[in-house]
Amino acid sequence: MEKLLTWIDARFPLTKVWNEHLAKYYAPKNFNFWYYFGSLALLVLVMQIVTGIFLAMHYKPDTERAFASVEYIMRDVPWGWLLRYMHSTGASLFFVAIYLHMFRALLYGSYRAPRELVWLLGMVLFVALMAESFTGYLLPWGNMSYWGAQVIISLFGAIPLIGDGLAEWIRGDFVVSDATLNRFYSFHIVAIPLVIIGLVYMHIVALHRVGSNNPDGIEIKKNKDKDGVPLDGIPFHPYYSVKDMVGVTVFLMIFSAIVFFAPELGGWFLEHDNFVPANILQTPPEIVPLWYLTPFYSILRAVTIDIGPVPAKLLGVLSMGSAIGLFFFLPWLDRSPVRSIRYRGWMYKTALSLFAISFVMLGYLGTQRPEGPNLILAQIAFVIYFAFFLLMPWYTKYDKTKPEPDRVT
Amino acid sequence: MRNIYLAICIAFIPAAALAAESTIKLDPVEVDLQDKPSLRRGARIFVNYCLSCHSAAYMRYDRMGRDLGISEELVEENLMFATDKVGNLMTVTMPRADAETWFGVAPPDLTLVTRSRGPQWFYNYMRSFYRDPKTVSGWNNLHFPDVAMPNVLYGMQGVQRAVFEPKEDGTKEFQGFEVERPGAMTPKEFDQAMRDLTNFMVYLGEPARLVRGRIGVYVLIFLAVFVVFAYLLKRNYWKDIH
Repeated sequence: MEKLLTWIDARFPLTKVWNEHLAKYYAPKNFNFWYYFGSLALLVLVMQIVTGIFLAMHYKPDTERAFASVEYIMRDVPWGWLLRYMHSTGASLFFVAIYLHMFRALLYGSYRAPRELVWLLGMVLFVALMAESFTGYLLPWGNMSYWGAQVIISLFGAIPLIGDGLAEWIRGDFVVSDATLNRFYSFHIVAIPLVIIGLVYMHIVALHRVGSNNPDGIEIKKNKDKDGVPLDGIPFHPYYSVKDMVGVTVFLMIFSAIVFFAPELGGWFLEHDNFVPANILQTPPEIVPLWYLTPFYSILRAVTIDIGPVPAKLLGVLSMGSAIGLFFFLPWLDRSPVRSIRYRGWMYKTALSLFAISFVMLGYLGTQRPEGPNLILAQIAFVIYFAFFLLMPWYTKYDKTKPEPDRVT
Repeated sequence: MRNIYLAICIAFIPAAALAAESTIKLDPVEVDLQDKPSLRRGARIFVNYCLSCHSAAYMRYDRMGRDLGISEELVEENLMFATDKVGNLMTVTMPRADAETWFGVAPPDLTLVTRSRGPQWFYNYMRSFYRDPKTVSGWNNLHFPDVAMPNVLYGMQGVQRAVFEPKEDGTKEFQGFEVERPGAMTPKEFDQAMRDLTNFMVYLGEPARLVRGRIGVYVLIFLAVFVVFAYLLKRNYWKDIH
């Protein structure tokens, strides 16, 4: 065995990689609940790829047969229903994990220097994940798939001059059609997964270069023993691999409860209108994307006034774009001397709480008709959402912070 | 403070159901897929009354027979009228073009109707046909105004009339149904028959529902045991980390 390892190590840095990323990667010992979601997101990614491979063996990307092929998977393919529900539930739980993973970064300032690249790579991953879910949602060719794609692609039409041509170029047709379905399938199963896998690799390599942040937001590398091992660090393997095993099992219990007992989750994970085949002549009463995209959909619809020559639709599209884009600038918007919420003052705590509430509110309102009090609430949440980012340089600077401890608590 | 953040994050997990469109109250219906006799009675109504116009084109006859405990011979003799092979899909022979001429719209496929509209809506819809001389077919439906479909079950249900009371704002408020001519069944028997049909339609929409709950229990039991050992392993490894 030892000889084999030596043989391999002379040709491939197996032991080196194992040590650098697992056995001698020193992670802070004070990770809490919020630190499970990175490894959980990785687990869901693997699960989506594996179930996706098997679904692709039976699915037909053809407008005449796509809907029927999904029902064929649900009925005639052995365990097909399980594959399909794992994939649909996995899509939603992927976003649950990612949103909590991102919120963790906001809580403990994980995006701050020197982890800007970890954050930026993560944000590109988030955008890729949204593209992945959007292209995947068209594939069952249900009526909501169809109209959702129609609405979202038409947003590109709001861009001045090139808009209509761009939307047509994306669809490959004047309306969402067979050409659109085929290219979305290709993006969903080849192009975007490759991008995601590559980015995940870079995200982890970048993280391991700078080391993990922790709930105290202080650098464990400042206090090292004589061998250069951080005093507050513990090897990722076996300590966090066994700890994550507990987190993974609890996650799988929630996952299985949904897959086996409530795969539609009352219309939140599988929409009722998507059990009707796509019908170009029949618009669903309300076109709503799945829950994980509704906060941004809400922002899009909250803009109802034209400003000068700029129409409301374009402003809405721009707002939606910036709602995602602003996340990229977080490392430079935050001017606080401390990272973690534990040592920040009331201003950041209030700002983050309001932001979280507005995000959930926008998400809920995105599933409702944008009229009356709903619209006004969405507009209030819209203002809070943007204020969180745009006022950050000031409230983080003037916020009264507490002194950081020298060692993790 | 930390608990507040936890609470906010729990709010991310959606729990609310989508609101119903109609303002008319829907009667509850009990769905129980373990009730095989009910499923078989529902299947009988479905193939006799619905399947001549509506397809269930994602479902196969032999699958239905196996799941419902009906032998292939019995399926072929009593439940299969549109095809000769038990492995075939439950399609209709009525050409779409003819259907559109006759009804104005081709009758939709019903395989997934309880998944798109919900079992409760289906149950109430089937019981809410009433005579309405103003429509083409002479029938109307409380839960699907001006529906093209006539009441094919009137022989069982009888003929009923809807009583509306005009309100001040010009709309009409539904008061109730009045029996004009009784059918072969009493109202109670008919409700039971429609409950059987609804039950069958829920099965038809998702045959996997017969097994997924049972498998889910085993999976959760396994994970519940596994998590104990995973936790003990973690605690053992971590006992000297302070």
